[in-house]
Amino acid sequence: MRAFTYERASSPAAAATAAARNPEAKFIAGGTNLLDLMKLEIETPTHLVDVNGLKLDTIEATPDGGLRIGALVRNTALAADESVRRDYGVLSRALLAGASGQLRNRATTAGNLLQRTRCPYFYDTAQPCNKRQPGSGCSALGGFSRQLGVIGVSDACIATHPSDMAVAMRALDAMVETVKADASTRTIPIAELHRSPGSTPHLETTLAPGELITAVTLPKPIGGTQIYRKVRDRASYAFALVSVAAIVQRDGSGRISLGGIAPKPWRVEAAERELPRGAKAAAAAMLDGARPTPENAFKLPLVERTLGAVLSEARA
Amino acid sequence: MPNPGDLEWNRRDLMVAAGTCAALPVIGEGAYSQPTPVGTPVLNDVSFEVNGEQRTLAIDTRTTLLDALREHLHLTGTKKGCDHGQCGACTVIVDGQRLNSCLTLAVMHQGSSVTTIEGLGTADKLHPMQAAFIKHDGFQCGYCTPGQICSGVAMLDEIKAGIPSHATVDLTAAAAVTEAEIRERMSGNICRCGAYSNIVEAVTEVAGRQG
Ligand SMILES: Cc1cc2nc3c(=O)[nH]c(=O)nc-3n(C[C@H](O)[C@H](O)[C@H](O)COP(=O)(O)OP(=O)(O)OC[C@H]3O[C@@H](n4cnc5c(N)ncnc54)[C@H](O)[C@@H]3O)c2cc1C
Ligand code: SF4
Repeated sequence: MRAFTYERASSPAAAATAAARNPEAKFIAGGTNLLDLMKLEIETPTHLVDVNGLKLDTIEATPDGGLRIGALVRNTALAADESVRRDYGVLSRALLAGASGQLRNRATTAGNLLQRTRCPYFYDTAQPCNKRQPGSGCSALGGFSRQLGVIGVSDACIATHPSDMAVAMRALDAMVETVKADASTRTIPIAELHRSPGSTPHLETTLAPGELITAVTLPKPIGGTQIYRKVRDRASYAFALVSVAAIVQRDGSGRISLGGIAPKPWRVEAAERELPRGAKAAAAAMLDGARPTPENAFKLPLVERTLGAVLSEARA
Repeated sequence: MPNPGDLEWNRRDLMVAAGTCAALPVIGEGAYSQPTPVGTPVLNDVSFEVNGEQRTLAIDTRTTLLDALREHLHLTGTKKGCDHGQCGACTVIVDGQRLNSCLTLAVMHQGSSVTTIEGLGTADKLHPMQAAFIKHDGFQCGYCTPGQICSGVAMLDEIKAGIPSHATVDLTAAAAVTEAEIRERMSGNICRCGAYSNIVEAVTEVAGRQG
C-alpha cells in the first residue's frame, strides 16, 4: 500500500473541500472496497478524508412521504430499518443478498454505490485494463469473461457494476444528494450517477472531483410485490451472475432493474410495458442491443428465466 | 486459467523483476532524490480500547486494525487469512458489531472498543461459544476458529436485535434461529477444513441456551 496522510472531516462541506484540494485524495467510509484496492495499489490515494464522523448516518422520512437515507448509513442498518422492510422490501432484500454480515456492518450507502468493478483483470495489476490504466487495452474481451457485462458495454470495457443495493435503488427511482467544495448541493437521479464506459471506462460516475454524496432519497412508496432474486455461483457471499429487482403491481404492470450484466443497474423503462406479456417479451426488450461474449452469452437466457421465476412468484 | 507449466514462467518473471529492482539505484544518482515509490510513511496517534484495556499507538496510517492487533499489540489470536475481506478469519467485534479487521484502518477507530478472541474468554473461563466449539468439534486446523467464534457471538446478537438476513422468510417478522439462518449469517466465515456442520451445531446450542 502507498503511504498517505489521513484526516477526519468535520463537516460535509469541509470534507468536499479537503478532497477537492488534492487530486490524489479520496474519501474513506467503510473502507471495504477502497482498502482492498489500495492494498493491491489499484487505488493509490496520497490523502484519505475519513467521512465516518460526519453524522450522515440517519434514516428519516421526507415531507413528501419518502425516505432520506444518510450516505453513512451502514448496509446492515438500512436493510434492518423498519420502514425499508415494510415499504421498500426490494431494497432490504438486495442489501441482504450482498457480501457478508461482517461487511454489511461496515459498508455504507455511498460506498456501496461507488464500489468498483470485480472484473478479474481490473484486479490483476499484471494485465492490461483500460479502466485501471487508460489506453492499456481490455484483457477481458478476449479472456475470461464469464462474470462480465453483456449490455451497455463498449469495445474498451465490458465490466459490470457489482452492487446489489444499487439495482434495487434504480427500480425505486432513488435520487443521490451531494455537496461540492463550494458548498453547492445537487440531486442526481440514480440513473445518471454511473456513466457508460465508452472509450473512457476509467470515468465511472458523473460526480465532480471532491463531490461528496450526503444522502440517497427514495420517493414515497409505490407498494406492489417487491422481489430481489440473485443468481450466483454459490448460495451466499458471492457476486451476482444475474440479478432481478422487481416491483410488480396487481394489474401485472411493474418495474424491473437488472444486476450483474451491465456497467450500471440496467433498467429500460420502455421495456416495462411488455411485462404483462410475460418474461420472454420483457427480457427481449430489456436486452435489445446486447453484445455478449461467447463465455457470458448464457446470461441472456438466464435473465429471461430469472425474470420468469420472479414474475410467477409475484403472481402467486 | 494458468496451467501448471506457467509456474516456471512466473518464477522466472519474478526473478527478472527482482533483478530489475536491485539494479534501479545504479541507473542514476537522480533515483535517490526521487520520493520512494510507496511515499513517505505517515505516523498518526490513535487510541482505542482492546479487551477492556485502553491502548494508544503511534501508527503508520496504512496499518489495518488487524495488523495493529497482531503486530503492535501482539494479540495473535485474530488471524490473517486472505487479507481482502473474503474469508472472515480476521473477524473481531468493534463497538458490539462484528467486522473484518483486515478491511479497516486502525486510525479509523479512535475511541472504539474492540473485542478479540482473547477478550471473549480465558483458558480457565471459556466463553460459552468457545466451549460449544470444543464440545461439537467445530474446527479441525483451528485457523478460522477465532473469527468463527467472534462472528458467531456477534451474529446471535444481530438476530436478537431483529436484524433480518437473506434467509429470513418474512421481512416484517422477527427472524427465527434456524439452521438456514445460522448458515446464511455465518457465510462470511470460510472454513477450509469444512467443519461447517459442527460449527452450526455449536452455534445452535449457544443460541438455544440464550433462548
Ligand atoms: C468479499 C466481498 C464480497 C462482497 N460481495 C458483495 C456483493 O455480493 N454484493 C455487493 O453489492 N457488494 C459486495 N461487496 C462490496 C461491498 O458492498 C462494498 O465494498 C461496500 O458497499 C463499499 O462501501 P464502503 O462504505 O466500505 O466504501 P469504501 O470502501 O469506504 O469506499 C468506496 C468508494 O466510495 C467512495 N466514497 C465513500 N463514501 C463516499 C461519499 N459519501 N461520497 C463520495 N464518495 C464516497 C470512496 O472514496 C471509494 O472510492 C463485497 C465486498 C467484499 C470485500
Ligand atoms: S472489462 Fe473493463 S475492467 Fe475488465 S479488463 Fe476490460 S477494461 Fe479492465
